[in-house]
Amino acid sequence: MTTDLRAGRKQSRPAPGGTGQRPRTTWRGRLTKLDTKASPYAFISPFYIVFLIFGLFPLGFTLWVSLHDWGLASGTREFVGLENYDYLLTDSDFWHATVNTIGIFVMATVPQLLIALFIANALNRRIRMPTLFRIGMVAPLVTSTAAVSIVFTQMFDTDWGMINWALGLVGIDPIDWSTSRGWSWVAIAAMVNWRWIGYNALIYLAAMQSIPRDLYEAAAIDGASRTRQFWQITVPMLRPTVIFTVIISTIGGLQLFTEPVLFSVGTPNNMDGGALHQFQTITMYMYDNAFGSDRYGYGAAVAWALFMMIIVFSLINFLIVRRTGGTK
Amino acid sequence: MRASMRRGLSTAVAALLVGGLAVACGGDDSGGDGNIELTVDVFGEPGYEELYKQYEASHPNVTIKQRKVSALDDFKPRIQQWMATGSGAGDVVMLEEGILPLYMQQANKFVDLFDHGGKELEQNFVSWKWAGGLTPDGEQLVGLGTDVGALAMCYRTDLFEEAGLPTERDEVSELWPTWDEFLKVGQDFQSEMPDTKWLDGPTAIWRTTVLQQAGAGAGYSYFDKQNELVFSSNPAVKASFDTTLKFEQNKLTADMSIFTPPWQTALKRDTFATVPCPSWMLGGIKEFSGDFGEGKWDVAQVPGGSGYWGGSWLAVPKQTDHAAEAAELAKFLTSPEGQIGAYKAANVFPSSPQAAKDPAVAEAKDPYFNDAPVGQIFGEMVAQAKPVYLGPKNEDVRQAVENVLIGVGQGKVPAGEAWDKAVEEAEKSAR
Repeated sequence: MTTDLRAGRKQSRPAPGGTGQRPRTTWRGRLTKLDTKASPYAFISPFYIVFLIFGLFPLGFTLWVSLHDWGLASGTREFVGLENYDYLLTDSDFWHATVNTIGIFVMATVPQLLIALFIANALNRRIRMPTLFRIGMVAPLVTSTAAVSIVFTQMFDTDWGMINWALGLVGIDPIDWSTSRGWSWVAIAAMVNWRWIGYNALIYLAAMQSIPRDLYEAAAIDGASRTRQFWQITVPMLRPTVIFTVIISTIGGLQLFTEPVLFSVGTPNNMDGGALHQFQTITMYMYDNAFGSDRYGYGAAVAWALFMMIIVFSLINFLIVRRTGGTK
Repeated sequence: MRASMRRGLSTAVAALLVGGLAVACGGDDSGGDGNIELTVDVFGEPGYEELYKQYEASHPNVTIKQRKVSALDDFKPRIQQWMATGSGAGDVVMLEEGILPLYMQQANKFVDLFDHGGKELEQNFVSWKWAGGLTPDGEQLVGLGTDVGALAMCYRTDLFEEAGLPTERDEVSELWPTWDEFLKVGQDFQSEMPDTKWLDGPTAIWRTTVLQQAGAGAGYSYFDKQNELVFSSNPAVKASFDTTLKFEQNKLTADMSIFTPPWQTALKRDTFATVPCPSWMLGGIKEFSGDFGEGKWDVAQVPGGSGYWGGSWLAVPKQTDHAAEAAELAKFLTSPEGQIGAYKAANVFPSSPQAAKDPAVAEAKDPYFNDAPVGQIFGEMVAQAKPVYLGPKNEDVRQAVENVLIGVGQGKVPAGEAWDKAVEEAEKSAR
């Protein structure tokens, strides 16, 4: 069978310089060739087509919109070049939102990743019912953000909230969670942390399990303590994973939206993040401009500024983590 | 050859799949059984449920679905997206007086109701309400008027009694012919009742006083009729700001915004004793105060003279598939009979003189509000009310200034700096 096939193929191949059987083979031959060359691309094409439609096109379109004075409700559409970006640079409200976003981001991400690391380390030891605990870690993730935010918002309510009540039991005065800038950040960071610690811990746990056991055994024989093993074996070996989680958290943190929106229940416009914009994040400011205040073009400029900011921040974080990953 | 053919086939299948995805996204089904579903987008408490049932009974091929949002400020971005993207809006949409000027700029996105027999309806509305639904050139009828938010003041009789104040509504009205006197009564109340605030917050009183002052003055508030921002130069705005600020400085408000969740919750507690009450507010109080508030509320005259706050129009976006049927429904809901029905259900006071004269409205008493003669109270108000022009960015300026006032109450903005900050925020919002 095989030999037959080979023979057939050999036969059908045109002789060097020959002319005879060419027309008969090319049709099928070309098709086969096209097939072997093009099929892989066709198979991976869905991803790229989807990416083009949902990734690249919106990016380009947003850039185009940001060069306009564009209003959705009023119907204005006028090319203004870089005017929106010009205004953005001097827009105190934008920078106020940027400070809020970075503030909440730092308060949320740093403790989140550190706690996740310690939890993963604890789960990595021999414990009873490991699966139960591991599933428990992801439980917060599958709850809806809206539900989480509503519950937390009630807990952080200044007059009726559980947290101020608990603080009152130990003699601490009630805290203005929704009106003080710093405390509102703490409250929102708490929601974010509650949701994402388990997710990061699971990723760390997966990475920890691929670290060779014999490294720990050797260290133990050399007399290294548990703590020392953690800092000198686990953490350095986790470096690529830490970089991954840091970048993912950076992207998520800078795009923070749902939690602060649902936290600002008491003001006329819940995109304002408090009466004095105490916890208005960049995405809220973007949404408010684009869809609330009829400045679609300016909202697009804010979106692009955010996009650039995420790239810069991810790079900075990547470099920092790479430098200080625990290795010397 | 077999193998290669199979591979060729799979290429084709992959291509088909990708193409199929695109096709699948564009599906649209319109039931061909002659039944039409009309979606009505509203906010607040329009009181239409009974009217829908009536309409469905007389139009067996029509079913009506209502989508309701409590707060106008939540409704605004939704309708903006629907109108901008050309899809998603209901067949009939409710446009509040603050939103309407924005969409007048894009009147071509709405069905011209003159094409659907709108002309004959003019005598059904008070003249300025009718004029509000027209494009500035008068060529197109964009919206048909629904209610007018005639002003009053709602108060809690039980809390007044506890504080040693009169509870009978005429006596109560005499307590506060002006806002200054309303403030003084508030201070007395507050000293007796430290745990209950006098007012709900700065937003309701700010909107009330701005419309009163503007109606009595130039006929416009933050923007003049050329849509130029006159926030800092219009004496009506400054006067109402000073009035509102006094209540904040004296800590007489609970710093809440109407229809927000904390405000809704507060209505089930003794959080505040009075709320400036345009007629539609009665529906809101009933809904959110529920059994707790039944019989505890009453309606008195508003301090500071006549005025109205709010009121809407019904419009039909061009994106609807059933323009004629939607226009019919809008006409029905805004007809004198429709407005009477809505009034009975939710106290939204008619903009139709015929409806206002109807005994069902004019002689109406509201059992929830201690049998207050609401028809008479609001009817007198509407007769005196003067229209106030609102610019397209009216709502943005309003929100920004309300935030400054709330900030004063929260102790974050010093009262001495409040006006300057309000002017600054207004200018940014009007950009």
